[in-house]
Amino acid sequence: MDLKMNLGDAAIDAVMGYAVVFLGIALLVLVVVLMGRVMSRKKPAPAAPAAERQPVPTPAPVPAGPAAPGTAGDLKLYGTPDRDAAMIMAIVADELKIPLNELRFISIREVNKK
Amino acid sequence: MNNILETLKKLWMESGFMGFFETGGWKSLIMIVVALALLYLGIRKKFEPLLLVGIAFGTLLTNLPGAGLYHMAMWDAYVYECPYDAANEAILYDVEEERVLSVEEYMASLPEDAEEPEIIEKLSFTDIAHIGGLLDILYIGVKAGIYPCLIFIGVGAMTDFGPLIANPKSFFLGAAAQFGVFFAFFGAVLLGFTGNQAAAIGIIGGADGPTAILTCMLLAPALLGPIAIAAYSYMALIPMIQPPIMRALTTEKERSVKMEQLREVSKTEKVVFPILTAGFVILLLPSTAPLIGCLMFGNLLRETGVTERLSDVAQNALMNIVTLFLGISVGATTVAARFLTVNTLKIVLLGLIAFCFSTVGGLLVGKLMYKLSGGKINPLIGAAGVSAVPMAARVAQVEGQKANPSNFLLMHAMGPNVAGVIGSAIAAGFLIKVFGA
Repeated sequence: MDLKMNLGDAAIDAVMGYAVVFLGIALLVLVVVLMGRVMSRKKPAPAAPAAERQPVPTPAPVPAGPAAPGTAGDLKLYGTPDRDAAMIMAIVADELKIPLNELRFISIREVNKK
Repeated sequence: MNNILETLKKLWMESGFMGFFETGGWKSLIMIVVALALLYLGIRKKFEPLLLVGIAFGTLLTNLPGAGLYHMAMWDAYVYECPYDAANEAILYDVEEERVLSVEEYMASLPEDAEEPEIIEKLSFTDIAHIGGLLDILYIGVKAGIYPCLIFIGVGAMTDFGPLIANPKSFFLGAAAQFGVFFAFFGAVLLGFTGNQAAAIGIIGGADGPTAILTCMLLAPALLGPIAIAAYSYMALIPMIQPPIMRALTTEKERSVKMEQLREVSKTEKVVFPILTAGFVILLLPSTAPLIGCLMFGNLLRETGVTERLSDVAQNALMNIVTLFLGISVGATTVAARFLTVNTLKIVLLGLIAFCFSTVGGLLVGKLMYKLSGGKINPLIGAAGVSAVPMAARVAQVEGQKANPSNFLLMHAMGPNVAGVIGSAIAAGFLIKVFGA
């Protein structure tokens, strides 16, 4: 089909091509969204309920050395080094746009995801 | 003494320098200047150097008279049925003079009562390997569509589709940014190109080198040189082409929108995605199989977690080797007689139009999504829908940060960016289906 085209045919092909790309992509979006739904349904319920159901006794919380900076002094760290804790608090304060000394952190626990 | 002079004269007469004084020799000189300019852009200005340096050097080699590394005419030659030849067939190509013989010229060498021979086929790759030069042999990889597909395996292995899976709406921006492909296609028809040629030119707007090369090879191989050079040059120029369009089509308020953090994508999703996408898109549009199949295969190697060695080879060794062969053999097609035409200028212009309108398409749909989402989506990420991974996403990040220094759009822009790769493969698949043989 290596022939000169008339402009009408070219316009139709162009519009149709663009529409096919959108249609293909729209169907693919549908597939990906469905995949996401199916996958997320398989995931265990996160955080709080999981903690409640967990029968395995967790070791008694042991404050990891001195309290992290910027807290009232009662922050408990579980498996989190001071340096990481300081960074987390700084990020939270920045995101919330609240000065660090106006925030109160109770505890920071590392959650291991498998 | 006479013998020495004769030998020196013979050496001079047979040297490549004499080629510049033959008919059309000046065109080779111009192409050598073009090659040097491309080398300058690649080395000094760092315009896609990994490919442009190879293309430029291929241009230089192919235009050195007498080098005999690539024979453009040979690729146009046919094999004819010939009962007077021991093999029952004859190739109408003069190896010495590097030109295709006309049937009349060939007939002159046959007995007077011989019938006019009939065309059997074009030269096979085996014929080319027998009578061709080094670059002819490397060019077989382009002609057979092998290099672009192998590069797509590497691209897939380097691409993280996580941002796209986390925000599937980004797919639409990748589709929208194919606007330039079809706009330039129409423009090419308007400028007098055939349907096949217009389709090959339009795909420059996909901002995806391997896709452009494969489409061009299948639809208009004679235009490969200018199309490849235009595609890679404009990809390198994205940081200059896109920002003015982005600023013209968006307001300061829109550009400063901070987007919500993307959800975390599980490993299972990342493994299932390439399998699902390859199956679905290829079933929908079978002509996309070479591109989408290789892209998703490469991505699967990356995500499985058990094929790290293969993923590493695809991302590094394979990618580098193929890029090397692809660059130099594409450059070899820029033979003066075929490259120095008005059509090349038209292609360069249409390529620029394609890039600009792809950006416009992405931005306009980005603005639409901004409205529909109540101002939660930054329309700048639409411009990243032109593939050019990750350059276009970086441009969106830079422009977003100029409007709002605390803005981090990179990961959000990567979604449309990699969607653009899929979008341009679908656009190419459509054009190959409609205009292919």
